Amino acid sequence: MTRPALLTRGLSKSFGSLVVARDIAISLPVGARYALIGPNGAGKTTLINLMTGMLAPDAGRIFLGDDDITNFDPRERVRRGLARTFQINTLFPGLTPLEAVTLAVCERRGISREFWRNIASHREAIDEAHDILSRLRLAEECYRPTRELPYGRQRLLEIALALATRPKVLLLDEPAAGVPPEESGEIFEVVAGLSDDLTLLFIEHDMHVVFRFASHIIVLVGGAIYTEGTPAEISAHPGVREVYLGTRRHG
Amino acid sequence: MASAVATTASSPQAYLRSLARWKPIEIAFWLATLLPFALVPNYLSLASQIAIAGLFALSLDLILGYAGIVSLGHAAFFGIGAYTAGIISKYGWGEPISGLMASAALAGLVGWTTSFIIARFRHLALIMLTLGFGLLLAELANSMSWLTGGVDGLQGIHTWDLLGLFHFDLYGFTAYAYSLTVLFILFIVARRLINSPFGLALRGIRENWIRMPAIGAPSRAHIRAIYTIAAAMAGTAGALLAQTTETVSLDSLSFERSAELLVMLVLGGAGRLYGGLVGAIIFMVARDQFSGTTPQYWYFWIGVLLVAVVTLLPNGILGGLSNIAARWRKT
Amino acid sequence: MLPPIFGVLFDGFAYGMLLFLLSVGQSVTLGMMNFINLAHCSFAMLGGYVTVLLVNRYGWPFFAALPIAFLAAALASVAFERTLYRRLYRASDLDQVLLTIGITFISVAAAAYIFTTAQQPLQLPAYLRGSLSFMGLDFAVYRLILIGIALAITALLVACLEYTRFGAKIRAAVDNERMARGLGIDVDRAFALTFALGSGLAGLGGALAIEIVGLDPSFAFTYLVYVLIVVSVGGLGSIGGSFAAAAVLGISDIAGKYYVPQLGAFLIYLVMVGLLMWRPAGLFGKR
Repeated sequence: MTRPALLTRGLSKSFGSLVVARDIAISLPVGARYALIGPNGAGKTTLINLMTGMLAPDAGRIFLGDDDITNFDPRERVRRGLARTFQINTLFPGLTPLEAVTLAVCERRGISREFWRNIASHREAIDEAHDILSRLRLAEECYRPTRELPYGRQRLLEIALALATRPKVLLLDEPAAGVPPEESGEIFEVVAGLSDDLTLLFIEHDMHVVFRFASHIIVLVGGAIYTEGTPAEISAHPGVREVYLGTRRHG
Repeated sequence: MASAVATTASSPQAYLRSLARWKPIEIAFWLATLLPFALVPNYLSLASQIAIAGLFALSLDLILGYAGIVSLGHAAFFGIGAYTAGIISKYGWGEPISGLMASAALAGLVGWTTSFIIARFRHLALIMLTLGFGLLLAELANSMSWLTGGVDGLQGIHTWDLLGLFHFDLYGFTAYAYSLTVLFILFIVARRLINSPFGLALRGIRENWIRMPAIGAPSRAHIRAIYTIAAAMAGTAGALLAQTTETVSLDSLSFERSAELLVMLVLGGAGRLYGGLVGAIIFMVARDQFSGTTPQYWYFWIGVLLVAVVTLLPNGILGGLSNIAARWRKT
Repeated sequence: MLPPIFGVLFDGFAYGMLLFLLSVGQSVTLGMMNFINLAHCSFAMLGGYVTVLLVNRYGWPFFAALPIAFLAAALASVAFERTLYRRLYRASDLDQVLLTIGITFISVAAAAYIFTTAQQPLQLPAYLRGSLSFMGLDFAVYRLILIGIALAITALLVACLEYTRFGAKIRAAVDNERMARGLGIDVDRAFALTFALGSGLAGLGGALAIEIVGLDPSFAFTYLVYVLIVVSVGGLGSIGGSFAAAAVLGISDIAGKYYVPQLGAFLIYLVMVGLLMWRPAGLFGKR
């Protein structure tokens, strides 16, 4: 029995009287492909913010592998291998994808304080960045400023930036948010093609996508885990159909 | 930089290297800075002050143009440098280069100390804090008149011959040569810095402050570093002014000085290295022309310039020119 | 007999009320739109010069000139808001700072051009120049009236904000602009009105300030610093916070000048920087 890649115990958070996370216990095995689903306002993004340290929990612990990371700042968690993407593009609009990913690689390699040698002389970092961009099918466009890229490409760049930190666990907050359905398949194929060692948790609303790419599904309602299980179990769960699948059509 | 056409780049390294290569227009610019010696020998004092203003603007560009930190109190470091150089000289050590180093070191030290606070804030609180620090220092200099000379300014500065060879003459020949050399050296430093991984990280902070921790970047440490460097550079500019003019006044610390500096930088174009230099040339020449006749209305034109730049030329003169060039290339 | 410290407290409080009138508009508009308006005191200065013109040149009674000072500043601010400010609501801090510093420079130079850089004397009627004696201390009538006006305006503002529909809209917009828009509140309109009201109050403050601190073109910059201190210490969008911060600032400034004149304004700036570091959202701010 190996340790899970990411583990939370009794994670809770409320804003005043509004409870956004209630006693959440999640265990992501190494290499897992987990989906996190739930109606709007269920606290999915909040949970990612808690895990990555952008919000401080009121109670509970978070473990990354063997380490208790509950008190680490977001940057330290990234350095230890916990990366995320954002639901709303959080990119560097004026940098080219090559520059942006090279920046992330340089930060990971600890050469971002190097201020005398030209960036172009850091060959391995640039090659690594370019390699990540190629894997995400962004090599063609990596010399254009990010703000000029089509929206779908920008969503891929979100993932590229996270991969540049060489994560062990990657949390994807609606990687295909805002992308037309015919293109969202491409994004998830890229996600599915990521290394098997990488542990994934993704938030997604489109149930076809969830059932196709997830090995395990966690259903969040009102800040608490409502149920979890394999896609087959979840699709057969009468309560889930009611609270989530039923309301989905409106959203 | 991003406007460079790079579809033909053979490799990512070659592409990045091409962005940092010296362009003919840059070489032409620096050759042109030598022209005043031959063409306008009567204006070398002005040329020297332009070089100093350019260095000051360059130092602000590093934090504002590259790291996106808006400072309304950058004159504080200029003033620290000026008073340090002036006071050292007044009390008997007029050697310019060591005075310059001491001023840069002290300004850098103060910059480093305040950077711990600066790096924690953004937006309005940051603007207020930089403004507050600037005012605080100006008021301190005012009340310590036994050291600074207060409103009368610092008297009795004497700068020794440069390298023991070149006397600071009345025409400003030595002054301009000295200021221009220091400006050029620090420009090279700034240029290397912004083309380095550290420079890329600074642009990352400017472009998206929120994303930086999510890619594992220590934004605050970066900000502390660049703030210290910019403070030392501003202190150097202040020291140059004190040494070449042999006076220091409270003006050098004032809010107006910080505001003028913003005007120069934004007029030229922030985040473009040459923006501050071009802005300083235009600003200082215009001031020399306009304020001679009606000094108190000079600020009217600064104001008009500011409003015009913000509403009509959001990326400054250099930004406007590069847009025109890009459009021209397309047709 | 009252010890002299009460005189210092009284003068300081009156001065604080002046600062409150000058800054309350800035506090609310900053809280609503996050628009950094460094030209705020230019509108105050406009109110001052309008009053000087009306009273000295056209012989208007002082109290008749005050509403005009309010109106002039309010209308001028609306003109600027419509033509220039509006374009920059979504712009960067830097653009907002530059635009409004530019407007301030222009206003300072224009004032110098029209009125010269000399201090403007204001001919006040005799009954405003006297003072009332109470337990051995003299209380200037003008300062008493100033305090009265400021308290009345505070009460009016608080009542408007708490009990009217317009006030509720403004509170919603300060709290959460996006939510307010979502609820169908016309935030732009509410903002324009608030902006005009705040600038008008600054204009009134500028008119009332002449007798206390004088009026020359540097007013727009000198008092900007005080306004920013009040706003940053009081917290954005908080009338009560601005009131308390202005009172404390006024009293400590006057007391500082009275007891430790050699420090000048140093103490005030030190307090401001210290408070900002301790609580960047202000003493009374919510965020």
